Amino acid sequence: MNLASLVLPLLLAGTAAWGLGRRVDVYAALTRGAEEGLSVLLRIVPALVGLLTAVSMFRASGAMEWLSSLCAPALALLGIPPETAPLLLVRPVSGSGALAVASDLMASHGPDSYIGRVAAVMLGSTETTFYTIAVYFGAAGIHRTRHTVPAALTADLAGFAAAALAVRLFFGGP
Amino acid sequence: MTMAWIWTGMVVLSLAFGLIFGRLDAVSAAALEGARSAVELSLSMAGVLCLWSGVLEIMNASGLSAGLAKGFRPLLRRLLPEACRDTETLAAVSANVSANLLGLGNAATPLGIRAARRMARGCGGTASNELCLLVVLNTASIQLLPATIASVRAAAGAAAPFDILPAVWLASALSVTAGLLAAWALSRRDRRRTRL
Repeated sequence: MNLASLVLPLLLAGTAAWGLGRRVDVYAALTRGAEEGLSVLLRIVPALVGLLTAVSMFRASGAMEWLSSLCAPALALLGIPPETAPLLLVRPVSGSGALAVASDLMASHGPDSYIGRVAAVMLGSTETTFYTIAVYFGAAGIHRTRHTVPAALTADLAGFAAAALAVRLFFGGP
Repeated sequence: MTMAWIWTGMVVLSLAFGLIFGRLDAVSAAALEGARSAVELSLSMAGVLCLWSGVLEIMNASGLSAGLAKGFRPLLRRLLPEACRDTETLAAVSANVSANLLGLGNAATPLGIRAARRMARGCGGTASNELCLLVVLNTASIQLLPATIASVRAAAGAAAPFDILPAVWLASALSVTAGLLAAWALSRRDRRRTRL
C-alpha cells in the first residue's frame, strides 16, 4: 500500500469526524464551501478564456520560446528553468494569468514532468504581489509604500528559485 | 490597466512572430484552441476545487482557524510588537494569518485590511515598518493546502495531484523568510539614512 494514498481519505474522514465531534453540521459546511469554490471558479472563467487564448497564441507563434531564451542566462544563475520565464513575469500581476500560463506548461510538458512540477510549486509558493499591495495600501490610505515593493519582489524571486530547488530535491532534476 | 497592456502585448507579439516565422496557421488555430481549453480546464478543475473548498469550510466551522489564530499570537507579538499592543489589531492579524494558512483567501483579505487600516492610523499616508511587514507577509504565500494548484494538476492528469505539497511548503517557507529578511534589512537602511 502506498502511504501517500492514505493521506487524502484520512484527511477527509478525520476532518468530518472531528467536526461532527464538535457538533458541527459538517455536510452543510461541505456544501457551503463547495458552493463558494464554484463561485470563485465562475469568477475566473472569463479571465481564463481571455488569457489562455493569448498564452496559446503566444506559444504557437514562437514568441514564448524567444522570451524564454531572452531570460535564460539570468534564470540559469538562480537555477530556474527558462521555460517558466512567462510564469515569472505574469505571476506578480495576475492570478488567473499565472494559472493560465502554469496550466499551459503542465499541458505541454506533462503535469508530472520537472517543468510541470516546478510550475505548480511556483504557483503555490507565491502570490499576486502587486494586486495584494494595491488592495492593502489602497484600503489603508497609504501613498508612500517605502520598501514594501522591493521586499515583496524579493520574496517572489526567492519563491521561484526555491520552487525549482524544492522540486529537484523531492523529485530529482530535469 | 496593467492586464490590458499585457494582453494586447501578447496578442500583438503573437501576430508579429506568426507573420515573421510563417506560423500564422498555427497561431490562429491556437487562439481557438486556447479559448476552448480554458473552459475545459475550468470544468475539470471544478470538482477538486469545490471538494477542497468544502473540506476547508468544515475545518473553519469546527474551529480550526480560530485555534490556529490563537497559536500564532505569540509569534506575531514578536514580529509586530507595536501593532500588537492593540488587541483588536492582534486579533485581526492572527485571523488573517490563519485564514491565509488554510487558503481561505476570501476571508483573509478583509481581515488583513482591517488590521492594515488600524495600523495606518495617524501616520499620514506613509507605511510604518510593521505595516510593510504585514503586507509583505500577505504578498508571500503561506498556504498549507493549495487547493487551486492541486485541482489544476488533477485536471492536467497528474498521477498524485497532492504529491507536490512538501515542495510547496519548503518553497513557501524560503520565500516568506526571504521577504521578511528583505523588509527588515531595508527598514534598517531607511533608519540609517534618516539619521544622517
